[in-house]
Amino acid sequence: MSSKILIADDEPNILVSLEFLMKREGFDVSVARDGVEALAAIREQQPELVLLDVMMPGKSGFEVCQEVRADDALRGVRILMLTAKGRDTDVAKGLALGADAYMTKPFSTRELVQKVREMLG
Amino acid sequence: MNPNRRPDRRFWQVLAALSGLLLLWAVVTCLLLLSTLDASERDTVLSLLGGRMPLALMTLLFVLMLAAAGLNQLYRRYIVAPARLVDEARIVLGTDAERALTPQGDVENRALADVIAGFVEQRARLRADIAEQVRAASRNVEQERSRLAALMSELTQSVVVCNLDGRILLYNNRARLQFRALSDAPRLADGAELIGLGRSIYTVFDRKLVAHALENIGQRMQRGVASPSAQFVTTTRAGQLLRAQMTPVRSGDDGDSAISGFVLMLDNITRDFEEDSERDRLLLGLTEGSRASLANMQAAIDMLDYPDLEPAMRERFHGVIRDEVGAMSRRIRDLADEATRGLKARWPLEDMLGADLLSAATRRIEAVKGPRVQPDDIDATLWLKVDSFSLLQALAYLAERLADEYDIRVVMLRLVAAPQDNRAHLDLIWQGQTMSTETVMSWQMDAMTAGGERSPLSVRDVVERHGGEFWLERERVRHRAFFRFLLPLASEREQLDVATFVPQGSRPEYYDFDLFRATESSRELADRPLTELAYTVFDTETTGLNPGEGDEIIQIGAARVVNGKLLRQESFEQLVDPQRGIPAASIPIHGITPDMVAGQPTIDRVLPAFHTFAQDTVLVAHNAAFDMRFLQLKEARTGVRFEQPVLDTLLLSALVHPNQASHRLEAIAERFNITVIGRHTALGDAIVTAEVFLKLIPLLAEKGIHTLGQAMEAAQETYYARIKY
Repeated sequence: MSSKILIADDEPNILVSLEFLMKREGFDVSVARDGVEALAAIREQQPELVLLDVMMPGKSGFEVCQEVRADDALRGVRILMLTAKGRDTDVAKGLALGADAYMTKPFSTRELVQKVREMLG
Repeated sequence: MNPNRRPDRRFWQVLAALSGLLLLWAVVTCLLLLSTLDASERDTVLSLLGGRMPLALMTLLFVLMLAAAGLNQLYRRYIVAPARLVDEARIVLGTDAERALTPQGDVENRALADVIAGFVEQRARLRADIAEQVRAASRNVEQERSRLAALMSELTQSVVVCNLDGRILLYNNRARLQFRALSDAPRLADGAELIGLGRSIYTVFDRKLVAHALENIGQRMQRGVASPSAQFVTTTRAGQLLRAQMTPVRSGDDGDSAISGFVLMLDNITRDFEEDSERDRLLLGLTEGSRASLANMQAAIDMLDYPDLEPAMRERFHGVIRDEVGAMSRRIRDLADEATRGLKARWPLEDMLGADLLSAATRRIEAVKGPRVQPDDIDATLWLKVDSFSLLQALAYLAERLADEYDIRVVMLRLVAAPQDNRAHLDLIWQGQTMSTETVMSWQMDAMTAGGERSPLSVRDVVERHGGEFWLERERVRHRAFFRFLLPLASEREQLDVATFVPQGSRPEYYDFDLFRATESSRELADRPLTELAYTVFDTETTGLNPGEGDEIIQIGAARVVNGKLLRQESFEQLVDPQRGIPAASIPIHGITPDMVAGQPTIDRVLPAFHTFAQDTVLVAHNAAFDMRFLQLKEARTGVRFEQPVLDTLLLSALVHPNQASHRLEAIAERFNITVIGRHTALGDAIVTAEVFLKLIPLLAEKGIHTLGQAMEAAQETYYARIKY
């Protein structure tokens, strides 16, 4: 059975690539276009991994991350944060709030796939 | 005593005693002689001498006259001559005259006169010496003062010197220009309502901000830092951003004496900061925006590498790339339109020992009746780069909200180095209940209030000033939670200052202004002497005499009197559009024509500016009741109330010269010999009134009226006080 992955990003231009990529890598992919939608999808589908963009309308990636971590029912969900904010303070905050890994845009898709596999493996 | 006087009582007493003695001798001798004779011999002698008795009396008289002459000589020599010397010496003692003493009397008396003359000469020499020394010293002081003044006026930075009460005792021209830019009403009061000798710096700066900076300086001085200074940045009422560098003025020459005032060097950094913020925004847009675009393109290109892509999918990825390239090009073009000018600026931060910050935070939190504070893990070696004022506000605000909304009674402070380079964690920890993410978000975004004080900033603003981060973390195991500030560490350690400490014995003393010694008297205003108060002496020109029947103010003029000096350069003069006609009959009196007031501000704008100009001072006017009536009738409309004490030169003059027929301003000015220039402009009259007032103060003192309270009470009692205008 393939792993469930949720991609949460408000930019369609990255969603199309990531969705295609992850499907091709054999994952069961769903997408969310803002924070609120992402949180609802996580609760409903309980994906094994979330690719979570930080800057989203509705709820930011930080908030989604924190709420997921506050919910014991979602303990198994792994979070990989993606952000265009490159400041080390953002990385520190993301990791402190419970993200399992953090990648700064732009990233190579090969590294992304590798990271995802590591996290699920 | 008159040296040519007639012989005094002592002379006659001695003469009388001498005559008595001679008479006694003659009588006793005769009686003795007679007693040795028998009766017949006695008769013979008496018959022989009987007719010749007048002869004997004559010789007696002659002897007496000789004695009187001799006595007179003695008297002149031993009594009159010393007495004359005493008189002359007294005159010399009582006056500054350097006059020769007439030598007279006997040798000793002449010698005494010589000695006194020696003393007189010595005194004159000493006097001349002292006068020369005083002249030299005041020449030096004067020179140093003018040197300082020249130096200050050439400085391109504005400098303000204040005493500990925040009263300005020195400022330079640059500072005046800067304050003018800060003024709410630059065209009206020209900044003179903000800066002026004796004015409070707290009209421009928050008192607590200044107190906080002084406290930081105090801490640094205790640690032995050689030149302690503090810096703060503040926004003024007019929305300007000012950076102030504060240096203490110490009263003594030795390094650790008490602070008696402070020097502020001010920089208006509004424009710099705006430019920097704009640059910051552009740069951020470029980097973060580009990152996202690049990520999108990179991902799409990676996908295009798959050889078995369906044409439709391939076209979608091509579309993504075209789209993002377009977006990037637009972004770069926009950026190029605005010149990129160097690096982005941060809010100016100061170096502070973390432990100092935490002890200040502890005091601050407990002072606002927040929870009790306990230290947790504190790394005492950490130096932070912070805007301590706003950061302390943020801590106090968070602690108070924890106490109010979650009933947290004890919080802990922790300061440790962060795993990231050059950063520290400052944590506000509490035990027990925690909150939702939404709550944390709203606490971050709300404007801060602590101890009833509102700040325009939010926690987020404070964090952004530090280029830091802020979040809530939970320690489930220990049932604790904490707010974490991620703060920058100071790169250069301030400890270096301690190493370079040198005793400051050679610090030049440029000035010794009286205001340094003045401390805000805890006495009531009414008990303070007239000589040490600050006054706003003002006058108004009006369309007529009946404010109740629609007459209006058309000009306000005012001058300031501080520490007994008229400050002509700090004046206020403004025409006012009365929004009604000016009666032709009144124009010859004040010389203000309708076209002069056309386009001038109305009283709604002028009165608040004048109110600010007059704040913290006692109002003085000639026939004050009249002017005050006009001001009071505008209270409702302008919302400003003049509640300070008012003195009336008319009443004070009547008090000092009760018998003079006229107490018109011209008449008083003439009595005091004051040259009147520009009368019947509001400012001209205000200046004359001020000069009259300054002359009245010593005359009032002669009448035993020294304090403001006494002056007001005495004025009440004068006849004129009963006249109602």
